Amino acid sequence: MTHSNRLGGGLVDQSTRLSFSFDGAEYQGHQGDTLASALLANGVRLMGRSFKYHRPRGVMTAGSEEPNALVELRSGARQEPNTRATVAELYDGLDARSQNRFPSLKYDFMGINDRFSNFLTAGFYYKTFMWPKAFWEKLYEPVIRKAAGLGSVSFQDDPDCYDKGFRHCDLLVIGSGPAGLMAALTAGRAGARVILAEEDFVTGGRLNAETHQIGDMAGSDWAASVVAELVALPNVRILTRTTVIGAFDHGIYGAVERVSDHLAVPESGKPRQVLWRIYSKRAVLAAGATERPIAFENNDRPGVMLAGAVRAYANRWAVTPHKQVAIFTNNDDGHRTAADLMAKGVTVTGVIDIRPDAPSLSGAEVFAGAQVVDSTGRLGLRSVKLRLASGELRDLNCGALAVSGGWNPNVHLTCHQRGKPVWNDAIAAFIPGGELPFGMRVAGAANGDLSTMGALKTGAQAAKDALDDLGIRAQLPDLPKAEDAKISLTPFWYVKASKGRAWIDQQNDVTVKDIKLAHQENFRSVEHLKRYTTLGMATDQGKTSNMGGLAVMAELTGKSIPETGTTIFRPPYTPVTMGALAGRSVGKDFHPTRETPSHKWATEQGAVFVEVGNWMRAQWFPKPGETHWRQSVEREVRQTRNSVGVCDVTTLGKIDVQGADAATFLNKIYANGFAKLAIGKVRYGVMLREDGIAYDDGTAARLAEDHFVVTTTTANAVLVYRNMEFARQCLWPDLDVQLISTTEAWAQYAVAGPNARNLLQKIVDPEFDISNDAFPFMACGEVTVCGGLRARLFRISFSGELAYEIAVPTRYGDAMIRALMEAGEEFDVTPYGTEALGVMRIEKGHAAGNELNGTTTALNLGLGRMVSKKKDCIGNVLSEREGLNEDNALRLVGLRPVDARDAIPAGAHLMNADGDVSAKTDQGYVTSAAYSPILESSIGLAFLKGGADRMGEILRVVNPLEGQDIRAEVVSAHFVDPDGERLRA
Amino acid sequence: MHNLKPITPLGAETARVDQFSALTIAEVPDRALASLTAREGCKEFREKASAFLGFELPSVGQSAAGSAYAAFWIGPESWMVDAPYGGNEDLARQVKAAVEGSASVVEQTDGWCRFDLSGEATIAVLERLCNADCQQMAVGAVTRTQIHHLGCFMWRQDGVFTVIGPRSSAGSLHHALMQTAQSVCGLD
Repeated sequence: MTHSNRLGGGLVDQSTRLSFSFDGAEYQGHQGDTLASALLANGVRLMGRSFKYHRPRGVMTAGSEEPNALVELRSGARQEPNTRATVAELYDGLDARSQNRFPSLKYDFMGINDRFSNFLTAGFYYKTFMWPKAFWEKLYEPVIRKAAGLGSVSFQDDPDCYDKGFRHCDLLVIGSGPAGLMAALTAGRAGARVILAEEDFVTGGRLNAETHQIGDMAGSDWAASVVAELVALPNVRILTRTTVIGAFDHGIYGAVERVSDHLAVPESGKPRQVLWRIYSKRAVLAAGATERPIAFENNDRPGVMLAGAVRAYANRWAVTPHKQVAIFTNNDDGHRTAADLMAKGVTVTGVIDIRPDAPSLSGAEVFAGAQVVDSTGRLGLRSVKLRLASGELRDLNCGALAVSGGWNPNVHLTCHQRGKPVWNDAIAAFIPGGELPFGMRVAGAANGDLSTMGALKTGAQAAKDALDDLGIRAQLPDLPKAEDAKISLTPFWYVKASKGRAWIDQQNDVTVKDIKLAHQENFRSVEHLKRYTTLGMATDQGKTSNMGGLAVMAELTGKSIPETGTTIFRPPYTPVTMGALAGRSVGKDFHPTRETPSHKWATEQGAVFVEVGNWMRAQWFPKPGETHWRQSVEREVRQTRNSVGVCDVTTLGKIDVQGADAATFLNKIYANGFAKLAIGKVRYGVMLREDGIAYDDGTAARLAEDHFVVTTTTANAVLVYRNMEFARQCLWPDLDVQLISTTEAWAQYAVAGPNARNLLQKIVDPEFDISNDAFPFMACGEVTVCGGLRARLFRISFSGELAYEIAVPTRYGDAMIRALMEAGEEFDVTPYGTEALGVMRIEKGHAAGNELNGTTTALNLGLGRMVSKKKDCIGNVLSEREGLNEDNALRLVGLRPVDARDAIPAGAHLMNADGDVSAKTDQGYVTSAAYSPILESSIGLAFLKGGADRMGEILRVVNPLEGQDIRAEVVSAHFVDPDGERLRA
Repeated sequence: MHNLKPITPLGAETARVDQFSALTIAEVPDRALASLTAREGCKEFREKASAFLGFELPSVGQSAAGSAYAAFWIGPESWMVDAPYGGNEDLARQVKAAVEGSASVVEQTDGWCRFDLSGEATIAVLERLCNADCQQMAVGAVTRTQIHHLGCFMWRQDGVFTVIGPRSSAGSLHHALMQTAQSVCGLD
């Protein structure tokens, strides 16, 4: 193994060997490595090409803020683009590739873009690709996207699954650095329910990257000891590999747990990730801080990194990006990196400190008051050019430059409810301010307390304060001895007077010049700056670049940085894969299905199903030899009208209404009267919306003085129930009414046709007389069937035939359909599906969803007289609006084509036989159409202006979109049995 | 005695049991349910209900059980009475007779499907399915929650969590339980 840049020590297990590949080359790393640390250990600094100019880039950070080292992981359906190499945990067999380059990372044809950078400045696209307008979508955008891109997607279905889940706690602690651990410890010891979420795969945060002692232990050892105590507490849950991505309302947080991303393939049955919704009573944000770079000319070469990251690679991963490292800093933190590197045997060729009074450092030359003004090295840093305090220029050899411009507290989550951070001069950065999300406290570096001691102290205090709010007594733990250095920093954002490009946002190739251009072109608001230059967009959301951009803009406008302000921080904190957002709602699992009681039997019969809402309903039941759905449907219609058919109507909503005032209640709910409905009788009813429009119809059966069963349409079952509950609870709370749905409790079958009674007489037990006299049209009652099973029988008809609906407890629904079919054999019984049901109700002229379409009134439906004026009901008053009651109002009519070979097109509009075809001359529209096997003709239902008085008139039925134009006669909507003799037989 | 053969909510003749390393999902088809809702102003209701059930009706979010029946709270002045199906096919009639018009009683037995979850992984599975704080539910606690878009009752009984969901979606509910059980327990 040739780990040219591997150092001693660290928290990786150097006894292990993990093989991995990058761009086809084989490498080895250790357990505990990230892809970035393993590549650096193998001497690989070049990891990607930039977004726009295809400039060679290397890793800049050691965490989730990484802008440059974006790679594709895995292959085939598991290919994952735009993964930050800094958070990709190394596993044996990891296959990674660089992206946005061709043919290779070293030789990228699109690197030519860099030569034309003068033309490709901010706003270039907006200014250049304006004409012709039509070219944008089809030519310009596809070409630009291809040239300037990130990773690629596989276009295959993701083979892995993702879960969503819900967790609850008294205290959510976000981050497990010193502040987070102390917060969790304080709350855990107090017995509070604690969730500690850590985005890294190890706990400890910066303690793993630093050499400071806590008490008499290494920081990482202290962290491990605290975690050991927390693990033993049953009230504490530690979630590693879990990023809290957003702070939402009422103390709810979103968090993504990467369960299997560190494995080549998830364990069998296990998800790749889980999206948790965490319900917290209180939260402590201990998310730490992110270091910021200093921009200078050619500051983007592979090897130019953040100083804290270089230190983390050395201390945690035992890796240096190069044997020779220089430091560029405006604060003491850069010196810390230099010291740690030297302790590990790395040569520090110089510390360039912009502060004239920079402290000295043993073992390395400090260039006080100097700046880095340029760098060399095409695919990797070779040297940097310094401008010394004296003005003299000097070259300094180094393969890596560790840059520190100070630290920005990670305030993101504090701003997700529109909180505005405030400026803190001491650290020259924004810290949380204004109104924080409900229940949130901030501790440690995230709050601007950048020392270890500050973090320990504020973490404990934040937890104690949070628990005080909840009435949970907590004791502050003893604080161990820890580093407590003061911040010494001179704000410095970019090296001025450079002629070349100084990169502010490396992910989006935004330079200081671009920001100047935005200012010059008056895009000065930070939000405009962001959109015009793309500063702070994409996967890193400007975590390392936003502050630099703001600082440059502030300088240009002559305002302070706080006056310039930040852009709005929005969730998610880090990128979230779409799979995690979808969870299990994929493909057929997008919604649950509902099966009718006859589903199993219908499946055996080869029924063709249709989704009606979530219900799976049989559409028709094909017989051998039937090659077209209409053959099946027409046979079902004929068999039903000629003898008897059975249809599963369980899907219709059933609402049990009881109480002393049940009848009064229904009188108010329905447009027509129900108070006087006799016990043992059913009545058809129409419900109106508040605005007088009809919205549902159905029946109500009175089983007792104080007991009704209301049926609704399948589609509106939930809506009607909800509206009735609202009316019961809010409109008429004084009425004694109780409601409950019983839709699922009863399997209900329509038995229709001239032989319906004959069939049912074989099913209903003989002690129940269901003759026409004893059980006439619209009768209902409780009966027993098949030798004693309790059942309900309703004599109602949607088809227009002699018909009943028989209901039995659902568990017997399967047996019931089989019994009905067996008993009906002698009558040539047929099951019929929703299509035959539809044909028969059109033949009968019964309204359904097509007619109850949200725009029609009872008057339109021909049911105007049903709206009782003797009583009040929902919608009664507004149904009297003048506009709804014009003489020429739409009325439901039937249509028959003049030429029997024509078909009435559903949705077509009606025009007078003579005259224009236009919206102005529109006479109405067709709502339903079908071929009637009984009439051997196409028929339709339509709403026609003044339709009741236009029987026999010939109209044009037109559909200009399809070029259809036929002639049809206006007839009664009741094509079959208009006098209702069959259903009363 | 009628000659019709019942099927379970999952469409079989016998109840289904699925076994995972730390979880058992058992379909429970042999319970009867009847809703019981007090009529307005019927002061004698609770007394009559208690006399029949053998225990006081439980308070909000709670259940209670006696030797023959159990009951859990489902809404203001509303409960679900639970009993073994055998011998109680007509549970609603029994309850209705007992409360004598002081309450509305509705047969709910076949409106629901029911799965009992037991084993160490139960809470880990449930927290991936619903936002109810199952960990904090004491034995006897009951709540209404959503699982896979379905409104369900979640009832913690001794040693099991009972999930009661809409019967027509038994297949979908079971599928969701199974998927999540695999997530937590893995596949053998």
